[in-house]
Amino acid sequence: MTFSEQYIAFKTIVIKECLRFLRIWVQTLIPPIITVALYFVIFGNLVGSQIGNIGEFTYMEFIVPGLVLMALISNSYANVVSSFYGSKFQRNIEEMLISPLPNYLILIGFISGGIARGVLVGVAVLLVSLFFSDLNIHSYTVTIVVFILTSILFSLAGMINAIYANSFDDITIIPTFVLTPLTYLGGIFYSINMLPEFWQNVSLINPILYMINAFRYGLLGVSDIPLTHAFIIITAFIIVLFMFSLHLLKTGKGLKH
Amino acid sequence: MKALSITNLHKTYPNGFVALKGVNLEVEEGDFFALLGANGAGKSTTIGIISSLINMTSGQVNVFGHDVLTDTSRAKACIGLVPQEFNFNVFEPLEEILINQAGYYGIPRHVAKQRAEKYLKQLQIWDKRREFARELSGGMKRRLMIARALVHQPRLLILDEPTAGVDIEIRRSMWEFLKQINDEGVTIILTTHYLEEAENLCNRIAIIDQGITKEQTDMKTLLSSLNNETFVLDLNTNDHALPSSVDGCEMQTIDSNTIEVTIAKTHSLNDLFKTLSDNGIDVMSMRNKTNRLEQLFMNVIDNKTTPLSDQ
Repeated sequence: MTFSEQYIAFKTIVIKECLRFLRIWVQTLIPPIITVALYFVIFGNLVGSQIGNIGEFTYMEFIVPGLVLMALISNSYANVVSSFYGSKFQRNIEEMLISPLPNYLILIGFISGGIARGVLVGVAVLLVSLFFSDLNIHSYTVTIVVFILTSILFSLAGMINAIYANSFDDITIIPTFVLTPLTYLGGIFYSINMLPEFWQNVSLINPILYMINAFRYGLLGVSDIPLTHAFIIITAFIIVLFMFSLHLLKTGKGLKH
Repeated sequence: MKALSITNLHKTYPNGFVALKGVNLEVEEGDFFALLGANGAGKSTTIGIISSLINMTSGQVNVFGHDVLTDTSRAKACIGLVPQEFNFNVFEPLEEILINQAGYYGIPRHVAKQRAEKYLKQLQIWDKRREFARELSGGMKRRLMIARALVHQPRLLILDEPTAGVDIEIRRSMWEFLKQINDEGVTIILTTHYLEEAENLCNRIAIIDQGITKEQTDMKTLLSSLNNETFVLDLNTNDHALPSSVDGCEMQTIDSNTIEVTIAKTHSLNDLFKTLSDNGIDVMSMRNKTNRLEQLFMNVIDNKTTPLSDQ
């Protein structure tokens, strides 16, 4: 395929992916916004007022970055895993597999759909947070870069889950038993400095901790983790997951006999 | 030029099942080619390998000279596939399914829209273009898959049982449409269990059995190899007795007004009619007991004939 043909093919996948989640916006866009708004009301307002400040920030201000990133992570992941597995289940993924589309284009097409939904929900949640807290972005660059990189990373993770999945149960196991616990334990609601030293060290093996802290740095200017460590970890995960996804597509794992 | 060339194709599935044990096929450009075989013979596996949905174990497949393993992109660009099972997104409107499919081949959206309109109209489902695919009837779904396979204007169209479960009226309109696109230069490979369909449409034929090509020839040659035919005759005996035998024919009485006659191809039917007429019996109607191709197909599968390719 020529470059311009590849561009058209890529654009086709992105439009298709965006239309997919926009067509069912009541299922895809509204629930995460309502869920996070409830977190703001219950944890930020009601419980947070009893907790007091964390460092120089109110509890509400402290939890906003984590909750925004939680929405971004779960929606990027959910979009790719459900869309790709749905295509596998209905076998319409074969439309792409029989076409001259290179594997990397299929991959970045689906990832772009995940980024689009993740960012859309993340921005919506960020706007909702304005009803509860002032937003003074400390670093636009860090905020935007972490936002996009985290979305790429979890879109890739969703892709791998979808490739391996053999049933709809398989696409809910990882989000329920892995992603949600890691997100909650990644420092959304607390600073790891509040934990005993042993649990602080245990927390450091959770990759989501790095993302939440890097994003918190972008919004508030504070982080439990050095920013460079966070960027190295996120970038390394993206490279590894991208190469692995590409390998799975090339070998036809779960797609070809 | 060869539209498709398959050499010594083997496929063993991970569970150890050997689906293909050396399939060889040659399809010329412009052919309307029937690929026949019983269920599980290896037709769909062969098609899956041609269209890159199944990895081959060994062998070589070239589509218009492009190797499907080493020149995959060009080979894929030549192929349009209508699979046996419905495999479109049932939650997408028809027009969008076609436009997306064209997009995967790098066809600009405005061109894709024109082609979608052309093929949806030709296949008489244009008025359903904004409806979700799940709302279509079975026949419409089949036609949607044909339209989708054509939207990038492939040089080789592969149809895996395209008329399965389709009523006779739609089937015949699909035949007309397929003949038309074949006349326009598209090479077509068709698998079907309706042997009448293969006999009416195809100029060449291959029969696969248990993963091996048993026969590959042109339709006329194959049909001419049939040595005898069996006819069912409905009679008005006018109260006369049926003749006990007719020269050159093998006769079997089904009931008082119906006989089954097997007659050698070299023998004239006139003798039969004359004998019946001389006995005061009128022939009211006559039909083939089985489709000629069906008879040949069974012969090949049962090893009752020497493959023409060996003659």
